[in-house]
Order: sequence, then C-alpha cells, then structure tokens
Amino acid sequence: MSLEETATIELTVNGEQVSAVVPVRQHLVDFLRTEIGLTGSHIGCEHGICGACSVRVDGAVVRGCLMLAVQADGATVETIEGLTDTGEIADLQEKFVERNALQCGYCTPGMLMTAAELLKAGEPATREDIREFLSGNFCRCTGYHAIVDAVDATLKQRLSR
Amino acid sequence: MKAPRFHYVRPESLEGVLQLLAEHGEDARILAGGQSLMPTLNMRLSQPKVLIDINRIDSLKGIALRDGMVRIGALARHVEVQNSALVVEKLPLIAEAMPHVAHVAVRNRGTFGGSIALADPSAEMPACVLALGASIVVESVRGRRTIAADDFFTGLYETAREPDELLVEVLIPPQQPDHVSVFMELSRRHGDFAIAGLACYARVAGELINEARLAYFGTETRPVLATRTMASVNGKVWSTASHGAVDAALGEDLDPIPNTFGSAAMKLHHQRVLTRRALDAAVQRARA
Repeated sequence: MSLEETATIELTVNGEQVSAVVPVRQHLVDFLRTEIGLTGSHIGCEHGICGACSVRVDGAVVRGCLMLAVQADGATVETIEGLTDTGEIADLQEKFVERNALQCGYCTPGMLMTAAELLKAGEPATREDIREFLSGNFCRCTGYHAIVDAVDATLKQRLSR
Repeated sequence: MKAPRFHYVRPESLEGVLQLLAEHGEDARILAGGQSLMPTLNMRLSQPKVLIDINRIDSLKGIALRDGMVRIGALARHVEVQNSALVVEKLPLIAEAMPHVAHVAVRNRGTFGGSIALADPSAEMPACVLALGASIVVESVRGRRTIAADDFFTGLYETAREPDELLVEVLIPPQQPDHVSVFMELSRRHGDFAIAGLACYARVAGELINEARLAYFGTETRPVLATRTMASVNGKVWSTASHGAVDAALGEDLDPIPNTFGSAAMKLHHQRVLTRRALDAAVQRARA
C-alpha cells in the first residue's frame, strides 16, 4: 500500500460546515490542527492517556487522538475555540484565571472541555466527584488543586443561580 | 505516533461487515469505539491491512430486555451502559463496575462489545460477564453462534471468536432476587488499569454463601473463574474462620503475572485481601 488513502468528509466544526479530503489514517486532532488551523486542542501522548486533545463530538467529550477524522464524517465537532466563542464556559475560564488553575497551559483546553461536560450535567458534585471526572486529564504543573477549585467554584455559582 | 497506512471501510450493513471479515480474516481489524485499537495503531503495535468501521451498524446498538435476558449490543457505549436504568436495576454488578472503566471521555466512545472482544486481562467488563454467566453471541457468513462466557476467554487477548466472526451482542441473565453482587478493584489512580480485582456474584442468606461465582482480573493472562475458591466458600457460613481455606484455594486458582505493579506474591496477596472484602460486602449487602 504505497499511496496514501484518502476520503472526503463533511462535518460541522464549531457551527461551520466543513468539507475536506483527509488521509484515512489521520486522527481527528491532527485534522483539526493542521487542516482547519484550530490549534487549541493539544496533542500530548497520542494514545489516549493525557486528555490534552479532548474535543466534543456530537455533544460528548472524547479523546481527539482516539478517533479518526474520517469517522467524524457527518458529525458535529466542537473544540475549545467553539466553546470560547459561544461563551458557554466563560464563567469557568474566568475562574481558571482567578484561581491560577493553569501554569504552562498545555492541559488547559482539555481540562476545560472535560469540565464543561460536568458543568453541562448541572448536578451537584463533591470535590471528590470533580477529581474523578477530571481523572483522565493530566496536568503536570498545578497539582490539580487549583483546577478542582475553579471547577468547584463555577459549579457552585451555576447551581446557585 | 501516527497510525500506519491501512484500507478503511465503513459498511452500512451487518452483512457487509461479515462479508469483509470472511474475505480478510486476520488481516482485518474491527474498529468499534477504538479506545484500545487506536492507541495500538498510533504506536504502530498493530498494522492491519483493513480497518472495518462498524460504528454505523444500527443493529449492533442498544440495551434491552429480551426473553428474560439483558441484551447489550456490541456497539453500546460504556456511557450508555452506565446510564441505563435497565442495567442499574437488573445488572447492579455491571453498574458498580462501570465507573472503574477508564475515564469519562473514554467511556463516551468505548464500547461494551469491544471490551469483551478485546479481552484485555485487566479490563472490568470481561470479568463481570464471566461472573454473571453471560452468553456472547458472534456471527459470520457461516452463521450465528452463542458462546458461554466460561468458554470465551481463552488466553492473553485471545477468545473463542474466530477471525471471520463479529461479536454482535452479549446476553446477560438479570441478577436473581436472592443474589448479591460485589465489584472490587485496586488501581493506582482512579480509571487506571487494574492491578487486581474481582467480580463476585453469589446467593447469600445471612452469612451462608451459595452458588458464588468469583471472576478475577488484572493478575492473570485472562479473566479467571476461580473454581476452587468458589468451592471453598459455597455451602459455608462466611466468617474469619473461612479465610485460611479461601486463601489456600485462591493460591491454587491464580498464577499472577509479575509486572511493574508488583511481584506474583504481592498480586496474590492483593487478590486475597480483595476477596475477603468482597465476601464481607456480599454478606452486608444481603442483610441490607
């Protein structure tokens, strides 16, 4: 198999219709970063451990490195850029800044994407619940405490409204 | 860290999948949730010629009660199983185990059937279906057959499924009213691969245990039904006096593989401790 096999895909990315020809072996995050220029989703381990590549596909957060771009044909994909633009997580992002919940920022988009799913559920969660929910996202700087603080504060604020 | 080249096919029908499997056999890999396959592709540990994406086959989806059994379609995502009211009511063992399966983003995509078909020795679901005495249904162009979970897991990532067969569904008997189930797992961090663990399903009255099925994972090459250990607890009153016999039987049943998590002796110790905790919990739950 010497030639690169490609496929044409049509999908919605952050509300915009996208049509593209992709190598079938390209994973979703490489596609988003290199073809669409959405570099907010990061590539860490590329085998599903670190969570830096978390994106939302058809409403659920997934590992962008563990899904092929060709599989997103017909899907609705949302990235950190999309969630930022819609303002869905503006309060969470504000709390991340307030609490110093990031240092190098590499894990932050993935953290926000995963936390967004917890917040979207709108259910009360203990700090332990939050830690469990974020357990698939690695941060090598903060020791997680400030991240949990930020998610906890955002959730409490939303539930009190 | 990029996948090697392969030929990608996304059939729209089950017949299409089975035809491709008949044609390519071991040269093909089934892509369901991809949460284990994609890492092996990205790391080039696996280089299939053909990747058959089954995600669009609707007949492989869903969770329902059928002829008195809970039918979980091969493509049911872990998150769907976890959130299923039917699973919570009829299969509390699986409901208890599901939060231990990786992390939210992986459960959103990973599939029940994929976990059973892969038969990772440290995975939770193979041990659960083994403890519950489930049936695994596979299909090929040659026809459909049902394999008892007891006969399905044959070795390290090896199962009774033939290369041209697709796992289509798992049929699980609902938990009996006089039974209890307990799931226990030891891992370094939440969602990590298990160091040791067991799925326990038993008829318990007071402290008297009967019909216990104990399926161990994380320490062997495959999920193991510990038959001597089961015999050592069945028909007996569970108490601290039982520990010696159970520990001895477990030493006969298990032959843990040493790895970076620990020596064989340490892992056997973990399983013995988890067994005590699980049977204590079983008695407590029966009382409640």
